[in-house]
Amino acid sequence: MGLRRPKIKKGANMSTNTYAGQTIEVNDEGFLLDSSTWTPAVAEAIAQDAGIEPLTDRHWQVITFCREDAAKEGQAPGLRRIAKLSGVDMKELYKLFPKGPGKLAARIAGLPKPTSCV
Amino acid sequence: MNTTETFQAVAPETKSAPEPIKKVSIICSKGTLDMAYPALILANAARMSGIDATLFFTFWGMDVITKKKVNALHVATVGNPSMKIPTFLGGLPGMEGMATKMMKKEIEKLDLPSIGELLDILDASGAELYACQMAMEMFKLKREDLVPQVKGVLSAMDFFDKAAGSQVIFI
Repeated sequence: MGLRRPKIKKGANMSTNTYAGQTIEVNDEGFLLDSSTWTPAVAEAIAQDAGIEPLTDRHWQVITFCREDAAKEGQAPGLRRIAKLSGVDMKELYKLFPKGPGKLAARIAGLPKPTSCV
Repeated sequence: MNTTETFQAVAPETKSAPEPIKKVSIICSKGTLDMAYPALILANAARMSGIDATLFFTFWGMDVITKKKVNALHVATVGNPSMKIPTFLGGLPGMEGMATKMMKKEIEKLDLPSIGELLDILDASGAELYACQMAMEMFKLKREDLVPQVKGVLSAMDFFDKAAGSQVIFI
């Protein structure tokens, strides 16, 4: 099942950032426009930009879960789903990915912004 | 005499993005499902957006944070024009319970959390939940009667101190 990508017209509200030596297209909120351009090195670079340095095993546990779950479900997992199924609980998620953990984890994982309200 | 108009070039107003909200303080004064959910979901959405959230439960909102009541919140079937059932029907014994059960079923079908679980999520996310001192006295509640996620008991003035710099929402 392909990832449901947000309907973004190319050229509208997008820019490119250089992550890990590559030029990656992102939308105006910093989410990757094309998930196939993601690599773990890109994840590290996005995280570094967001002030998380370095990504620990716990971070990677969340990122890996998010990518696998998104591939299965066709959308980025909501925060409650991550807390339930990734093995990392809500409290820790807020510590690992400060401010908006669901959005930040998705952005680092090269996924579109999650749509769920929980 | 010729008058000449001189144009003064005015720098165009640059539209900058509005300042993001940093903190919300939500006053929860109602104890029905249709009032508790918006309050808690909004607080959670705030936390998920990196916004600090303080919740102040008062009057009927105390039901949301009282151990004995938190899992027994109802929807109103009488005097509720949104429900679209005539008052004489809505007032029949059992109607309120049935309507509540149906609504809870819909909530479960969408895999939305229960009120209790939402309180857990809010607590874990760093939202701060407070009980109103006056409401505690009015309903003769003690600290032990409240759910563990409540951080403390505040007076209305304390609440406003805590709400400094935040957007205040009354529900």
